[in-house]
Amino acid sequence: GKNEYDLLVIGGGSGGLACAKEAAQFGRKVAVLDYVEPSPQGTAWGLGGTCVNVGCIPKKLMHQAALLGSAIKDAQHYGWNISQPVHHTWSVMAQGVQNYVKSLNWGHRVQLQEKKVKYFNIKGSFSDPHTVRGLTKAGKEIVVTADNIVIATGGRPKYPTHVAGALEYGITSDDLFWLKKSPGKTLPSFILYVSLECAGFLTGIGLDTTVMMRSVPLRGFDQASHVYKKKQICFTTQQQMASLVTEHMESYGTKFLKRCFPTKVEKLESDRLQVTWKNADLDTEETDSFNTVMWAVGRVPDTKTLNLETVGVKTNSETGKIIVDASEATSVPHIYAVGDITEGRPELTPTAIAAGKLLAQRLFGQSSELMDYDNVPTTVFTPLEYGCVGLSEEAAVQRHGSDNIEVYHAYYKPLEFTVAERDATQCYMKMVCLREREQRILGLHFIGPNAGEVIQGFALGIKCGATYPQMMKTVGIHPTCAEEVTKLHITKRSGLDATVTGC
Amino acid sequence: SVQAHKEADNPQKTMEANGLTPVPGSYDYDLIVIGGGSGGLAAAKEAAKYEKKVMVLDFVMPTPQGSSWGLGGTCVNVGCIPKKLMHQAALLGQALQDSRKFGWQFTEEVKHNWMTMTESVQNYIGSLNWGYRVALRDKKVTYENAYGEFVGPHTVKATNKKGIEKLYTAERFIIATGERPRYLGIPGDKEYCISSDDLFSLPYCPGRTLVVGASYVALECAGFLAGLGLDVTVMVRSILLRGFDQDMANRIGEYMKEHGVNFIREFVPIKVERVEEGTPGVLKVTAKSTTGDQIIEGEYNTVLLAIGRDPCTRRIGLDKVRVNINEKTGKIPVNDEEQTNIPYIYAIGDILQDKLELTPVAIQAGRLLVRRLYAGATTKCDYVNVPTTVFTPLEYGACGYSEETAVEKFGEENIEVYHSHFWPLEWTVPSRDNNKCYAKIICNIQDNERVIGFHVLGPNAGEITQGFAAAIKCGLTKEQLDNTVGIHPVCAEV
Repeated sequence: GKNEYDLLVIGGGSGGLACAKEAAQFGRKVAVLDYVEPSPQGTAWGLGGTCVNVGCIPKKLMHQAALLGSAIKDAQHYGWNISQPVHHTWSVMAQGVQNYVKSLNWGHRVQLQEKKVKYFNIKGSFSDPHTVRGLTKAGKEIVVTADNIVIATGGRPKYPTHVAGALEYGITSDDLFWLKKSPGKTLPSFILYVSLECAGFLTGIGLDTTVMMRSVPLRGFDQASHVYKKKQICFTTQQQMASLVTEHMESYGTKFLKRCFPTKVEKLESDRLQVTWKNADLDTEETDSFNTVMWAVGRVPDTKTLNLETVGVKTNSETGKIIVDASEATSVPHIYAVGDITEGRPELTPTAIAAGKLLAQRLFGQSSELMDYDNVPTTVFTPLEYGCVGLSEEAAVQRHGSDNIEVYHAYYKPLEFTVAERDATQCYMKMVCLREREQRILGLHFIGPNAGEVIQGFALGIKCGATYPQMMKTVGIHPTCAEEVTKLHITKRSGLDATVTGC
Repeated sequence: SVQAHKEADNPQKTMEANGLTPVPGSYDYDLIVIGGGSGGLAAAKEAAKYEKKVMVLDFVMPTPQGSSWGLGGTCVNVGCIPKKLMHQAALLGQALQDSRKFGWQFTEEVKHNWMTMTESVQNYIGSLNWGYRVALRDKKVTYENAYGEFVGPHTVKATNKKGIEKLYTAERFIIATGERPRYLGIPGDKEYCISSDDLFSLPYCPGRTLVVGASYVALECAGFLAGLGLDVTVMVRSILLRGFDQDMANRIGEYMKEHGVNFIREFVPIKVERVEEGTPGVLKVTAKSTTGDQIIEGEYNTVLLAIGRDPCTRRIGLDKVRVNINEKTGKIPVNDEEQTNIPYIYAIGDILQDKLELTPVAIQAGRLLVRRLYAGATTKCDYVNVPTTVFTPLEYGACGYSEETAVEKFGEENIEVYHSHFWPLEWTVPSRDNNKCYAKIICNIQDNERVIGFHVLGPNAGEITQGFAAAIKCGLTKEQLDNTVGIHPVCAEV
């Protein structure tokens, strides 16, 4: 054809790369553009997108570092002699994490090369529905034309620009994982505006951490969560689960300033930051100093410089996200979008990857299979992890009515916590089922260690239409936490004590 | 009609003389459960829910080394629970090493104290024993710490520690006496060797240990002992983990070898002698090759036998009530309602022939049996697709067919095996083995590519496998698996 490429992907993240590599499998001529605009603090990174560089991967690794801190404490109960004091050094962890991330950047470049996908490190913008232009770092203009274009530019953290000093002095998750120095030194303390995962691991590695949230955990989670608030998709915002998670964090050492919002950030002579905020409950103004202030108030789609208006790609006026149909098509023929940039989709790596692959298969592989966004499982990697799949209790009640729903629940204690003398008060699970006939499972929620590992298999079950009787017929694996799911029998309706006792 | 007298002074004579069955309606109990382990206690507690008069007889014959324990059975005292806790202790040792790469700093030298761990574990077990006694009392189940054996129809004799005998009658019985470790039958085995019955309460560190056997018990114990820093050797007669998927079994063995466990393959011990007294002292083991005449010797502080388990069915008077057992194995054959050949006598748990030796299976079987007996239920225990996990240093979770069994049953051309190695994210930074974790699913091509076998080798294998087992119960197909989005980043998404 007249266009140079069969497929051009703008954005080399989870969705973009998956789509590009899949298309290359069909022998197509594919190009990928990827570019990272440095953060206000100057942080940038390599190929791979948010997940690899400033999302899931470094987050889980730092979460692991924090969990290992707990493991060190546990180990002493299990007979390991470790002399105190035990320190954590940020730079050792950061370097380990950053090195691994860089190896992934490298791995992606090699893979693209092997699959003969052309890679341009340029920031592209549309000049017409089949043409994208951009400047290389050296200032040379590159023009790429393609039959099909997929936009997968993802999102970037939002700044609360109405707060004086927010942009100049605050950092975001874009910067946190690349810090060379510990975010909190001698008098370590800093504010995180919501992202509980970051607050969790920072507390876990020994830093004095405070989370400031505008309202109660329910509302506050919305802004941190990477799960889009759509009816069918699991809420991390449920009051019950949210409060259990934050309760645990509080007992774990994270401080919370609830119903507070910052009004200004100023730099002190000592290089520390002075934060002033309003306490909505007490109607007072308070202030304190911190080493680091990190904003986690939400993410915005990265569409500003794409020039979407020129080609007529429609976006949601409120969110700025690109509107797509069930086949990931935008309002312009031959232009598609996948991943965090799309309206109404979960902001998760695995869904972006799956959608990207299926899209390539439909475009070049004679498939007609659409992405199924129902019952997507997810996990929040707070110190006590929370995994879920399917409907939240509220969503189920809303959809079916509380009379038609049965919620089975249990408080349990992981065996490993016993000898370690750890508090298991917040270890909890619940299964939301339809009450009638076959009692199909609508949602499963689990708080505890290794929540992601536990939920994954059950997500499959739910995909198969699992029912409560089927779950009860499944024999448990002993001793694990997951087996408690197959033993759930106390209903919320009964009002009975849901604490599991012994074998 | 003749009635039997329940005479306290000479009950035995009366029974034997008359050879008569006590009259229904005059039994002491509705149900007597012999064996207070996973299955027995679950059944007893369930029956009490239906207001039945229930008794549990539980008694632990001390090991040759003198070890004994409280109420709860194998799982709680000398099985799953202490095993998982000691496995956790070993995992924490590994975590300590990893943590340095994640920025944690502490002294180079880290040593493990066996006594600290064992004391904590035993304290926890003690709390469980206590918990069971309280639970039985609360549910008004009569419990006697006495050895139960049949002496005649509907009648058992209970002998307590002091040798005092009592007779009890019941309308129905459930035998749930479980198993005990087997000995080799060679000179020195009972005198000097220990078994899993002794290991978890050993009052001294076992030191340099020889584990004899290739069962999951052998490998799990060898695994955690090595993880705690001990010098461990495993002596294997032929293959590892008989009955399990052999590809997975070999991977487990390889991993253990690479992580410091020594293996001596194709040898069996023929003699154990004591060279030095002490706790633990030094033992000399002489072993013979299974493929030739070669004889080897080795010295160890401890020899742990894990060559198998035998059901406790030979000395509980089954002949007196004519319950059939498999003479060779000692196991009790039952129908699909856990009923023996004698209609009022049932059996559950490890003693059953051709059934899985797992706590959750015993519990499930016990509960469902009681519901059928007293609550009009009809649900039978589903022994198909029962998931299990072996807690070796690299954990192995499985559900459904092994690759060999699938090929045997369906034919190689009718099954498809999908597999993948994976590298847990948490292992990247500490640069741990990057090609050891592995997962495979076996699908039946003729049945819509239904998943008939699931196998995973990696951390938290149990947690991962549980949900997949539920999905397999729901008839999971490859397509449904493909359509399910993964949670990222976790091992299970592979």
